[in-house]
Amino acid sequence: MMNQDHVLRASQDDEMESLVLHDDAENGGDSSSGNVQQPPQSPKAPFNSFLDPPSYAEAIFTSFDSNGHDQTLENLTRAGSGSGTESDSIHISVSDPQEEQEVTNSLVPGGSSYHTYLITTRTGKSEYGVRRRFREVVTLSERLSEVYRGYVIPVRPEKSSVERKVMQKEEFVEQRRLALEKYLRKLGLHPVIGKSEELRVFLQVQGKLPLMRTTDVASRMLDGAVRLPRQLFGAESGVVDLNDVAQPAKSGRDLLRIFKELKQSVSNDWGGAKPLVVEEDKEFMEKKDKLMEFEQQLSNVSQQAESLVKFQQDMGETMGELGLAFVKLTKFETEEAEFESQRVRAADMKNVATAAVKASRLYRELNTQTIKHLDKLHEYLGTMLAINNAFADRSSALLTVQTLSSELASLHSRIEKLEVASSRIFGGDKSRMRKIEELKEAVRVTESAKICADREYERIKENNRSELERIDKERQSDFQNMLRGFVVNQAGYAEKMAAVWEKLAEETSTYSSDSS
Amino acid sequence: MVNFEGMEQQRSSSSLSPRSQSSSQPFLSVSVTDPVKLGNGVQAYISYRVITKTNFTEYQGPEKIVIRRYSDFVWLRDRLFEKFKGIFIPPLPEKSAVEKFRFSAEFIEMRRQALDVFVNRIASHHELRQSEDLRTFLQAEEETMERLRSHETGIFKKPSDLMQIFKDVQSRVSDVVLGKEKPVEESDAEYEKLKHYIFELENHLAEAQKHAYRLVKRHRELGQSLSDFGKAVKLLGASEGNALGKAFSELGMKSEILSVKLQNEAHQLLLNFEEPLKDYVRAVQSIKATIAERANAFRRQCELAETMKLKEINLDKLMLIRSEKVAEAEREYHELKAESEQATKTFETIVKLMSEEIGRFQEQKTLDMGIAFHEFAKGQARLANGIADAWRSLLPKLEACSSS
Repeated sequence: MMNQDHVLRASQDDEMESLVLHDDAENGGDSSSGNVQQPPQSPKAPFNSFLDPPSYAEAIFTSFDSNGHDQTLENLTRAGSGSGTESDSIHISVSDPQEEQEVTNSLVPGGSSYHTYLITTRTGKSEYGVRRRFREVVTLSERLSEVYRGYVIPVRPEKSSVERKVMQKEEFVEQRRLALEKYLRKLGLHPVIGKSEELRVFLQVQGKLPLMRTTDVASRMLDGAVRLPRQLFGAESGVVDLNDVAQPAKSGRDLLRIFKELKQSVSNDWGGAKPLVVEEDKEFMEKKDKLMEFEQQLSNVSQQAESLVKFQQDMGETMGELGLAFVKLTKFETEEAEFESQRVRAADMKNVATAAVKASRLYRELNTQTIKHLDKLHEYLGTMLAINNAFADRSSALLTVQTLSSELASLHSRIEKLEVASSRIFGGDKSRMRKIEELKEAVRVTESAKICADREYERIKENNRSELERIDKERQSDFQNMLRGFVVNQAGYAEKMAAVWEKLAEETSTYSSDSS
Repeated sequence: MVNFEGMEQQRSSSSLSPRSQSSSQPFLSVSVTDPVKLGNGVQAYISYRVITKTNFTEYQGPEKIVIRRYSDFVWLRDRLFEKFKGIFIPPLPEKSAVEKFRFSAEFIEMRRQALDVFVNRIASHHELRQSEDLRTFLQAEEETMERLRSHETGIFKKPSDLMQIFKDVQSRVSDVVLGKEKPVEESDAEYEKLKHYIFELENHLAEAQKHAYRLVKRHRELGQSLSDFGKAVKLLGASEGNALGKAFSELGMKSEILSVKLQNEAHQLLLNFEEPLKDYVRAVQSIKATIAERANAFRRQCELAETMKLKEINLDKLMLIRSEKVAEAEREYHELKAESEQATKTFETIVKLMSEEIGRFQEQKTLDMGIAFHEFAKGQARLANGIADAWRSLLPKLEACSSS
């Protein structure tokens, strides 16, 4: 990447800048000197995935990491004020990535390597640390999705295999470290998940993560396929197990159920069987639409914000280059001066150079701050994704309910048909009677399952509702802070810049054509 | 706004504002105004009204208005360059390379200003203002001007002109003038220093000008970006709906206002900062042309001196053998001597003029740049204050939204 050149040029630039400014003791743009040496990387990553942080976000985290505390302070105070007492707040950091070798039993030498990260947690009372690799984070995330259905669970960092190939290893590892830290902190801040057993285990329990590793869908399907023929032939009851009902079909090992629910969702779509929809769904649909609209606008603003940051940075860079050109001119005229007018001009140019270089620094600082504020937009896009997941939980729970409903309906109609047919035969029909009994048993089981499914659906709906309420409140205050921060920032730096230029205007006032 | 005219007149020996027409002090002031597009398609061009106010006796009356086009200015510049060797002829704005912008309002205005500055610099220059060609330019009828113009732009007129053009082309190559190829060069150390200075200066200035131009572009880009940002934020505000939504809308509106300020500053920057820098570069290039002229004059002087020596030797030889060719040879020798003296005089004039010019040039440029820097600073300060005010005015509105 242009990293190397950029750093090199930056150091050359700084050298030249110091040439101009060494005698200038004013504070101007020198206040936060810690940030100055590291110009933010120009955002090059296309805006594709909601999950990828914009590349410009790197800059802010890097610069604040060197100072150590700003970002985390923000989090701590949030945790403190949001979810209760001091002792509840947890502070998580991810550090010290180390490369380790994959232990394989294969005969092939030179196994693959992976990185582990040190995750330290500090609560009010204690402190602990574990080493985890990314795979375990994925496991945690999947487990949370299974257990905490309906909740708006922060989305985990991507596996991003493309980036891994393209980026330098250190860069990639650093990016991942940051992403993990951000993710775990968000989990910690969640009012329910922050207190969850799953998270505690992840953060505390040494050694390999003991959470059940859910196999991927493909292998589950394959396993399920083994059972399928027996179910079809009726040898096994095609009825859903109570425990499984609480889980969406995809995570269960029940291929038949997946097919049934697929059929149901298709019939729902075609409006064949009327779904037993509850009245409040309309309200939900409205809310969902509104959120989608909001997400669209948010995405748009986030994109424009990214552009804005880029152009602000360009401005700062060009201003800096202009300043440097004048530094060179100053030096040149000073050295070659034959006439007094040249010396005067050299002095004027030096003032211009100084002003331009100061303004350039101010632009860079402004940008760093702007990124910090506008990054909230991007963060909420991630939240929108998490909300969509929570909605998906709700949809699949509803689908289960509806599947069971129509299952029941079909069972009842089969029973009825059989009863009618059987009643015609004088003295009863032994086989039919038996069948009816079987079906009635199935009805009982299915009814229990449906009660379970109903309960689950209601639970998820309530989770959705309370989460949306919580998020909405947080979003209001977050966005307000963001706006205020952005505006104060812009105004503050504009005032500093005005001071720089007014000074130059003062210094060149002899050339003014104004009568004053 | 930058006022080159005013500054130039301050500098010149007989300076008076064009308004006060006291007949005792001689004055000559010109304005180039009213650009009008004439002609169609590829033949289209801009014409300007050139208004001359003067009390010079050589001129026809106190005021005269003529219509001129860019190539007329070029004619004037070329004539002056030929007649006033040694003097730094004021530079002309370039013929636009990019067709698309040839008739953009901004380009036309910039060119008009530059042409105005050009003529006024000539009118303020102690020697140049006395030029007959200037009088022609400022007073001749359009038909006359057209005839002269087309006469000049014919490429192959006279063999000597061809030579001159060839030399001019050659002299643009810096290597030649810096004496890397031609053995015949002045050995004046100070002059060497000057030449080196001029060539280096051009590089530095070109770089500064390049960045100044980029800065203009950045202002435009940032302005556009703020406008887009503002629009998007307004839409977000509309979809939010509540007090927060209102805050977003206000932010969006402010962004759009600031976008306009940025575009305005871009324009100011172009006219008052970038253009003067470009003008400076052109001036340096004009000096380079004069340097080439001086080199030519020096070479000619040397060549003639050489030839004369040879002729002298030849003459002595003829005289010795009492050839009848002596008379002719003598005549030729005297002719050559006169030419040689003329060439020496030409060269020495150039040297003298240049040394005066360089001092004047440095002074003028310090002034020109000082003004440009001042305008630059004022413009940027104005912009920054505008930005700060706009954002500050938004804060109470934001407070109101959050408290509700």
